[in-house]
Amino acid sequence: MEKKVLFEIESLYRDNFRVTGLTFGKGEKSLCILGNTRGNEYQQVYICSQLVKKLKELEAKGRIVKGHEIMVVPSANPYSMNIEKRFWPTDNTDINRMFPGYHLGETTQRIAAGVFNAVQDYEYGIQFTSFYMPGDFTPHVRIMKTGMEYIKTAEKFGLPYIVTRSPRPYDTTTLNYNWQIWDTKAFSLYSTTTERIDEESAERMVEAVMNFMIEEGIIVGRGYRGYHSQVVDDSSMVAVRPYSAGMFRCGIKVSQRVLKGQELAYITDPYDGSVREKIVAPVTGTVFFVHNRPMTYANTAVLKIVPAE
Amino acid sequence: MVETIASAGLPVDEKLEIKKSRFSPDGKNCGKRISIVTGIHGDELEGQYVCYEVARRIQEHPEYLTGTVDIYPAMNPLGIDSITRGIPAFDLDMNRIFPGTRDGAMTEYLAAEIIRELMGSDLCIDIHASNIYLTELPQIRINELNEKELVPLAKEANVDFVWVHGASTVLESTLAYSLNSRGVPTLVVEMGVGMRITRSIGDQLVEGIFNLMKKLDIWCGETVPVREPIISSDPEEVLFLNAARSGIFVKDAEHNTYLKKGDSVGKVIDPLTGTILEDVVSPEDGLLFTIREYPVVDEGSLMARILKTQERQGE
Repeated sequence: MEKKVLFEIESLYRDNFRVTGLTFGKGEKSLCILGNTRGNEYQQVYICSQLVKKLKELEAKGRIVKGHEIMVVPSANPYSMNIEKRFWPTDNTDINRMFPGYHLGETTQRIAAGVFNAVQDYEYGIQFTSFYMPGDFTPHVRIMKTGMEYIKTAEKFGLPYIVTRSPRPYDTTTLNYNWQIWDTKAFSLYSTTTERIDEESAERMVEAVMNFMIEEGIIVGRGYRGYHSQVVDDSSMVAVRPYSAGMFRCGIKVSQRVLKGQELAYITDPYDGSVREKIVAPVTGTVFFVHNRPMTYANTAVLKIVPAE
Repeated sequence: MVETIASAGLPVDEKLEIKKSRFSPDGKNCGKRISIVTGIHGDELEGQYVCYEVARRIQEHPEYLTGTVDIYPAMNPLGIDSITRGIPAFDLDMNRIFPGTRDGAMTEYLAAEIIRELMGSDLCIDIHASNIYLTELPQIRINELNEKELVPLAKEANVDFVWVHGASTVLESTLAYSLNSRGVPTLVVEMGVGMRITRSIGDQLVEGIFNLMKKLDIWCGETVPVREPIISSDPEEVLFLNAARSGIFVKDAEHNTYLKKGDSVGKVIDPLTGTILEDVVSPEDGLLFTIREYPVVDEGSLMARILKTQERQGE
């Protein structure tokens, strides 16, 4: 394993801001894996740390196929994580809305440019990322429909779902989009959690990346038990939006199968505990997303269900 | 007449309400209609004074009102009340969610209701106040897609500068883009600095708004002659001065001054060692139209913008 600083800027009173890359194997730039761009993506950094452990073992055993280089960048934003802030400490900008970056621009544009310069030119790019709404996900790989689709390749992760969706205006500034524009086949991997470390889904993600590397001939191994991924378009998922705001009480977990009409959750009155709304499954299917905060706002999706075929 | 244009119940004993105040000769929508919008970013407060002053002057002389004036002082009321730029709890920039959807999340629903409400306006003015870091000369920013239609209106608004900038995909989610693309001419004003009110520039814009109202036959009272703005549509004319080092920025020049090449704009200093980390000088002759107010800079932080132009006669 080689450790190198990919990008660095000085601060007035803090230690330097550093983005560090850990590389394994030598040769073609085969795979780049990036952890967090936001300060609250703890699970995403944790997954990278577990991958690094695995890759160190594989390298020691000579199981990285000759001619392949793998780089892991556990964190593109240690500054925000160290002060428990989601976005950039001084101006609250989102690094994952700054790609491909600009080396003479504002601070986060420069970070994006520095990171992008280091992570581009790889054949494959994997980013562990999070959704803007707080909640738990069924582990999945997400692909933007940018005209360059590689669902077959995404199946090699062996995750339960491959989610496709059309890009929105803001997507053009994400790492995933820019990787694709610059010829890196990019995949966003969503673990179950973001702000909380969840060992089980972290392990699932590590296995998924191992599977992918074996299938692509980057490492030698026997492969892991995976899924035949189901391809789902984001627009075909059924979002469950309560009419009321209030306390959100939910016993349903992601990946659970639910039947149409089944009671899933309650919105309760914060003062007297009475039920403001009973949330029932509008369709039979598998729970894909569950809101994970104590309160919820009206009309805001608290569950997403993949309808049964 | 005060009216709630959108509302949403919050979890604990509170309702979020976006309000407007309508002024018209008969209290209804009559004649041409101007909508004055501000407070999309909760930390930008210059527009608060403008809304107050427009409403005050109209009520002082209601006999001059010949059309409809709708004032929306707080599109992001939770943000204004909590000194938060975006929508609190959602950590979202409200000016990146338009046009929204009526059946979307609370934020998207509010955005959709705002668009629905503003449709039909003959002119919309969306007043911003930079951010907490930079002071801006009163200016109107126009997407090049709408240059032809909006520049003539911007010239009547009594601002100092009209900046026609390039189109960008990200800007498609702004209020102005959504409205302009739906046929509602919308001017985006940037002026002053976040978290403060500068009465002089507020008064300047108020005169411009009344001038526009007169041109649109909404107001028949006296108005004052407006200043002729500098218009720039060449991206090469605007110079960005970003910090080369992290430190404390201390300005030497004030905004709205003409600088010669080599004139000092400010310094980035290190209080720990008592040294100058960077001398910030003007790379060309031009007008300093943006200057940093918030002293702490990271490498890359914007400190100033200069418009390459010659000093105008009589200024």
